[in-house]
Amino acid sequence: MREHLLFMGKQAVRMVLLLACVSIAAFFLVSVSPVDPLQANVGQAALGSMSQEQIDKLNAYWGVGTPPAERFVSWAFDFFRGDMGISLLYRQEVSKVIGAKLSNSLWMLALAWLISGTAGFFLGVLSGMKRGSALDKAVKGYSLLIASTPAFWLALVLLMVFAVWLKVLPIGLSVPIGVEAKSVGLLDRVRHAVLPALTLSITGISNITLHTREKMIDIMESDYVQFARARGESSWSIFKNHGFRNVILPAVTLQFGSISEIFGGSVLVEQIFSYPGLGQAAVTAGIGSDVPLLLGITVISAAIVFGGNLTANLLYGMIDPRIRRGGRI
Amino acid sequence: MKKSNGRIRTALFFGAAVFLLFGITAGGLLLSEEAMVTDFSRKELAPGFPYLFGTDWLGRDMLARTLTGLSMSIRLGLLAAGISSLIALGLGIASATMGRAVDSVITWIIDLVMGIPHILLLILISYAAGKGLKGVIIGVSLTHWTSLARLIRGEVLQLKEASYIKVAKKLGMRPLDIARKHMLPHLFPQFLVGLVLLFPHAILHEASITFLGFGLSPEQPAVGVILSESMKYLATGKWWLAVFPGLLLVLTVMLFDMAGESLRKLLDPGSVHD
Repeated sequence: MREHLLFMGKQAVRMVLLLACVSIAAFFLVSVSPVDPLQANVGQAALGSMSQEQIDKLNAYWGVGTPPAERFVSWAFDFFRGDMGISLLYRQEVSKVIGAKLSNSLWMLALAWLISGTAGFFLGVLSGMKRGSALDKAVKGYSLLIASTPAFWLALVLLMVFAVWLKVLPIGLSVPIGVEAKSVGLLDRVRHAVLPALTLSITGISNITLHTREKMIDIMESDYVQFARARGESSWSIFKNHGFRNVILPAVTLQFGSISEIFGGSVLVEQIFSYPGLGQAAVTAGIGSDVPLLLGITVISAAIVFGGNLTANLLYGMIDPRIRRGGRI
Repeated sequence: MKKSNGRIRTALFFGAAVFLLFGITAGGLLLSEEAMVTDFSRKELAPGFPYLFGTDWLGRDMLARTLTGLSMSIRLGLLAAGISSLIALGLGIASATMGRAVDSVITWIIDLVMGIPHILLLILISYAAGKGLKGVIIGVSLTHWTSLARLIRGEVLQLKEASYIKVAKKLGMRPLDIARKHMLPHLFPQFLVGLVLLFPHAILHEASITFLGFGLSPEQPAVGVILSESMKYLATGKWWLAVFPGLLLVLTVMLFDMAGESLRKLLDPGSVHD
């Protein structure tokens, strides 16, 4: 038990340190940018008509001239207390913007994550057990094809098929135009999340399928499965008794580790379906030079990714004691 | 059938993939003038003869535009993958040979880069570089080295423990000679294959980031730009604007993947049996 706790503690500390480094790196990147915050946010015309005094005031407000290290410390300190600054584009607190966008994104991403994980796992198990069959070839071909397909193009194709051609699903916007956000029913929300979630599920499957297939092939060639076959166990009972337990763990770990990819995909997919989630906000912030929002989104999404990785590590550590001891390769 | 058939087939396969990719690149370069020509007498033509991919709302030939865009993506991908693989080689070897402190710093950096969602990191770097084409090139080159660096580190660590290297050391061979004679021949194929397999990622990310509107200006025929423009015309039924450029992009990425895999089979015959 002590070993468990020690392992968990180490992993958690590591995660916090990584997160701190991510925020330093992100802050460094935005502060070396040649994009002038005043030019970007106030505009050339407005600046021209201002007095030098006003410009100086604005410069002080945006921190132009203050050393980046000093700015970072004050930003990090505020961030730690929950004040992420004011978003320049949304004219709201960053924490509020992120909260609203995240609640839109999170369940859509979770849905895609679950669907791709489950479907990918079972496809991988099936094709691994029936290696060389037509099903195996189809699954493998599909996975390789999808691995080469950009998520945003697939989203465009799905949009064309379902929204333009068949007209069964809406083109975009998770809230119908002219309707207040609060009066939107659950059904409407689901209808708008179908296509983004479907796109992310389709692209997310390939990785876990190929990985599970490899593991399953290894298991099928192992001595204990050979022996079970010799005893006359059916394929189903081999899977139930010997395959499942051995193959589920790497699959779950991989799926927890793939949150970064599904999140990256959501940036593109939300943009296409104009789904008002965190990914779309990231693009808006990047194009509109909304530095506080961009920083906030980076740190929050990195926290989610590291959370996934941490879960994966802890799961592995719980099952496999060799990893817990932190053996070095 | 003779035994060498599989190998020859793989070599032919590799050659064909490289040839096709070269054809796309060269074709795009040759057609770059043609891609800019606007002609309103032939606008919004559906795919057919002589415009195989149709034309857009300005009467530009979509085939020429797509090829020009892909050619640029391929050249950009080559540059970015080249830079990324050099970073990976340097850091991977340093991590495996320069002691524990260096190793933990480098693995830390790898974890850090992998922790930020890739597209978000590209947006950040592109912003740091002041946007534009420069931002895309720097972003794509600086973010693709992590997995290859990990691979090389693992490979070198394993080699260091191999008995023939230990024997060479005990026999008094100088470290540099060991690296050159015993390690490099083993590492090189891995590195080469890793390099080729970096291209498809680099190209996909380049297309994604330009699609989002970072980098190239709207009149430039880049695949990402073409696809993001086509979005505006989807609702009016101009499906060919998005379908064909995307298909050709998928084909290009698959060709690079195939080239990489067949190169692996040629250089490392043992992997055929996997």
